Amino acid sequence: MVKVNGASLDIAGKTLGEYLSGAGYDTTRIAVERNGEIVFKSLYAETVLQDGDSLEVVSFVGGG
Amino acid sequence: MIPSRGEWTAALEKRHGKSLQQKFSAATVAVCGLGGLGSNVAVALARAGVGRLILIDFDRVDITNLHRQQYKANQIGSYKADALAENLLEIAPYTEVKPVTAKVTEENFAELLKDADIVCEAFDNAQSKAMLANGVLERLPHCYLVAASGMAGMGSPNSIHTRKVTKRFYLCGDEVSDVADTIGLVAPRVMLCAAHQAHTILRILAEEYEV
Repeated sequence: MVKVNGASLDIAGKTLGEYLSGAGYDTTRIAVERNGEIVFKSLYAETVLQDGDSLEVVSFVGGG
Repeated sequence: MIPSRGEWTAALEKRHGKSLQQKFSAATVAVCGLGGLGSNVAVALARAGVGRLILIDFDRVDITNLHRQQYKANQIGSYKADALAENLLEIAPYTEVKPVTAKVTEENFAELLKDADIVCEAFDNAQSKAMLANGVLERLPHCYLVAASGMAGMGSPNSIHTRKVTKRFYLCGDEVSDVADTIGLVAPRVMLCAAHQAHTILRILAEEYEV
């Protein structure tokens, strides 16, 4: 299982890019932290999610 | 009559204590975006005696900015970076202020921000926010990032919060109130979020890293 923003999901083995597009995230508006470290945007497609990973997807909204 | 530099420093040291004030004075903070968030963050940091502020915005002061941003009616049409620098020097004359009129892009941000200890993300556009956050966290490993997301509308002031996402990444706001889905930006709620950002910046300088 992979923890995403606190919820346990059965997505180990998928790439981060596959998970994000399947979940409907707009990757131009997010930053992703995995096990305490930021994931480089250029590595989303090749980052394979491992059992026990903890992910946090930070979504930015407009206004400032 | 403007106080001398010595009197100014003494007054700040009396408020904050000498060792804390020396940390504030030694710091360089870059504020990216000088709207409702950035202009209020910059005023708070200048008042607190942060030594050097890099103020970055491409835009000019517009009449529709004045309900929440730290500009004056006679500054409409001026570049925000220059107008804010002028206002900060009236408030806190010994702040070292570097106004930069430029659009921050993936190509130029590393050069613009290379001297900063802390970067304050204060843009209004979600894509620009994400671009800067990813850029700073990927390519400026010495910098802390204090970003903001979600402060529009008439929602409760109590939903504005600060959290630590990674060791170098703090996020302020309610994280959901998009300006596109609300009546727009309302001064005190934006100022609350700006206050969260400014205080988080001071806490990092004070080496208080937990939220």
